[in-house]
Amino acid sequence: MEWTKHDLLDLHDLSRAELELILKTAKSFKEVSSREVKKVPALRGKTVVTLFFEPSTRTRVSFELAAKRLSADTLNIAASGSSLSKGETVLDTALNIEAMNVDAIIVRHFSSGVPSILAENLRSSVINAGDGCRAHPTQALLDMFTIQERFGRIEGLKVGIVGDILHSRVARSNIHGLTRMGASVTVCGPSTLMPIGIEKLGVNVNYNLDDVIQESDVIMLLRIQKERQQEKYLPSIREYAKVFGIRQQRLQKAKKRVLIMHPGPTNRGVELTADIADGEHSVILEQVTNGVAIRMAILYLLLGTKK
Amino acid sequence: MSLLIKNAKIVGPDKIALKAQNILIEKGMIKEITGEECPSNIKTIDARGCYVVPGFIDLHVHFREPGREDKETIETGSKAAVKGGFTTVLCMPNTTPVIDNKLIVEGIMKEARRVGLLNVIPVGAITKGQKGEELSDLFELKEAGCLAVSEDGATVQNSNLMRLAMDYCKMTGLFVMDHCQDGFLSQGGVMNEGYHSTVLGMKGDPGISETVVVARDIELSRYLNAPIHLVHMSLKRSMELIQQAKKQGIQVTAEACPHHFSLSDDMVASFNTSFKVNPPLRSKEDVSAIKKAIKDGVIDCISTDHAPHTREDKEQDFDHAPFGMIGLETALGVTVSELVLQDYLTWPQLVQRMSLKPAELLQLDNKGKIKEGFDADITIIDPEAEWEVRAEDFVSKSSNSPFIGRTLKSKVKYTIYGGKVVYQCYTKSIN
Repeated sequence: MEWTKHDLLDLHDLSRAELELILKTAKSFKEVSSREVKKVPALRGKTVVTLFFEPSTRTRVSFELAAKRLSADTLNIAASGSSLSKGETVLDTALNIEAMNVDAIIVRHFSSGVPSILAENLRSSVINAGDGCRAHPTQALLDMFTIQERFGRIEGLKVGIVGDILHSRVARSNIHGLTRMGASVTVCGPSTLMPIGIEKLGVNVNYNLDDVIQESDVIMLLRIQKERQQEKYLPSIREYAKVFGIRQQRLQKAKKRVLIMHPGPTNRGVELTADIADGEHSVILEQVTNGVAIRMAILYLLLGTKK
Repeated sequence: MSLLIKNAKIVGPDKIALKAQNILIEKGMIKEITGEECPSNIKTIDARGCYVVPGFIDLHVHFREPGREDKETIETGSKAAVKGGFTTVLCMPNTTPVIDNKLIVEGIMKEARRVGLLNVIPVGAITKGQKGEELSDLFELKEAGCLAVSEDGATVQNSNLMRLAMDYCKMTGLFVMDHCQDGFLSQGGVMNEGYHSTVLGMKGDPGISETVVVARDIELSRYLNAPIHLVHMSLKRSMELIQQAKKQGIQVTAEACPHHFSLSDDMVASFNTSFKVNPPLRSKEDVSAIKKAIKDGVIDCISTDHAPHTREDKEQDFDHAPFGMIGLETALGVTVSELVLQDYLTWPQLVQRMSLKPAELLQLDNKGKIKEGFDADITIIDPEAEWEVRAEDFVSKSSNSPFIGRTLKSKVKYTIYGGKVVYQCYTKSIN
């Protein structure tokens, strides 16, 4: 299997073989981060820019570390400090950055499709670091990597994704990736936050969290945003925590080896209680560790394998 | 000034004339339609091989003047209209300032007369400033020249105010048009709510935002025994509601736009903002239902909702780009390609939907037919011409068309307004 893609926009575009190649490549890069000298020269001389129009700490830092450990030069641009606030369009901003001869632009934007539009118009590789509610491919890949590391496989596993599915790009990318890898995905959350026609993506819908807990090998929790209550999707955060929050007593019915995952940042006491976030089933910090490996793999495949 | 159209194959609302005839035009009127020889010493157009139809009437355009002359002006909009074969258009009131008083109506009509290419009729806003608070001075708007009123995209959300508006307009004889959209249901929506909005992670505008207002308007119309015209209908369910209402004798009429019977919401996946329109492109099922409804007469007429936007405005991300697409120059080609060639409409039915019916709705008694004594508003069409839609060919000030790159069938060769040739296609002479 040889890598041929120029950009990473959405897992929907990738075949199972391509997904497997990314996971395999990430495995070899994970070891680099555990060395005394955490650096390989794979991308020496390449320039990687993060262009974020939405606040982010984890994802941006993860990309930056991934690029640095591959010896690429990195530059970070955040919307608040850029000329975006002066009325320049996203494409203009990106074209200006590209004019300085960069190799990859990692973009996060609040509107769906912006990375695709940039990819159509730029020579540099475009990596989607989250667009609107549409896709967050590297998050899903690191989730898949974590699951594979723990179970040795993804195929045949039952994964429950719980929370605000409607506004979640993490859920969408995980649905595409996990189903392509042969997992069975069930989405669970308040009906008002369940997008119409989601079952056509090949997932089950179940509004009963206890059922989902009982049958799942992996429970993936999504961050519930406080503003959803102001938008009237939810009666209250209190009620959400009660009906869709994970706490110890509920977990008793779960499988013995169940994994609890969360893309962060977590609302402790809402999606899950603190003891579960820090407990034996939680792999939340491992996800973060694996994020660097996955992003190294993506950068390497997009920039390091081309002649 | 006289004009002769010879070898005219006239398409009427009932049939295509079997024999070519000569149309003699004098003083802006159709003087004579005859099989006999006509004087040869006057300006003559040979329409051999073409269809000659009554000039199209578009109940729904946005000419942006006053306020956004960077997008379109009455002059550039008029040029686009006559290139598309239109001789009368109704321009919507969402200008800056809003068309809600006599002065603005007069200003627009004065500029349109100066341009002199076609009949431009301003549509007044139902409420002052399109604010949905108090009715505009509707008698005054009518006196100034408005034939119709609409709140355009703002939709009168308050059903009691809409009741009062329809009641008052029944008295004044103003034609009430409604853009049916419940603002609470559609809030934040940028595309049709459905499978594709789910996949693309975009905020959806659910079809019920349209149908609840369709149902409300039908009920108001029934209760008040007052006519209502529903603009740019986009849904299968709306077709069902309108069909049922018509069966019950309720005075409801409706229009649909070419983009709603030719494009569907899966196309938004290109993230091309030319596909962003309000109401949004709907499902393939809705598209088929609209085609069928046009065929069955549930939809009375075809309008364009021509909505020009600058490149700068449309180059924003999908969430922030404005709604709307231009349509005047592609309306005929899309309608022929999608409806006539696919056997939904015959040419006479196309003439009904694009000329006669809108004329009847506006009570333009001398328009909509090619008949002796009628206004000489005539469009000459080469039905066999194939052409590719290209951004650089638009005469509109804007080029936000989702049809760029498509090949369409049928092209306007001449547009005649009030007996004067206001558009002539020079690419391939038919003389």
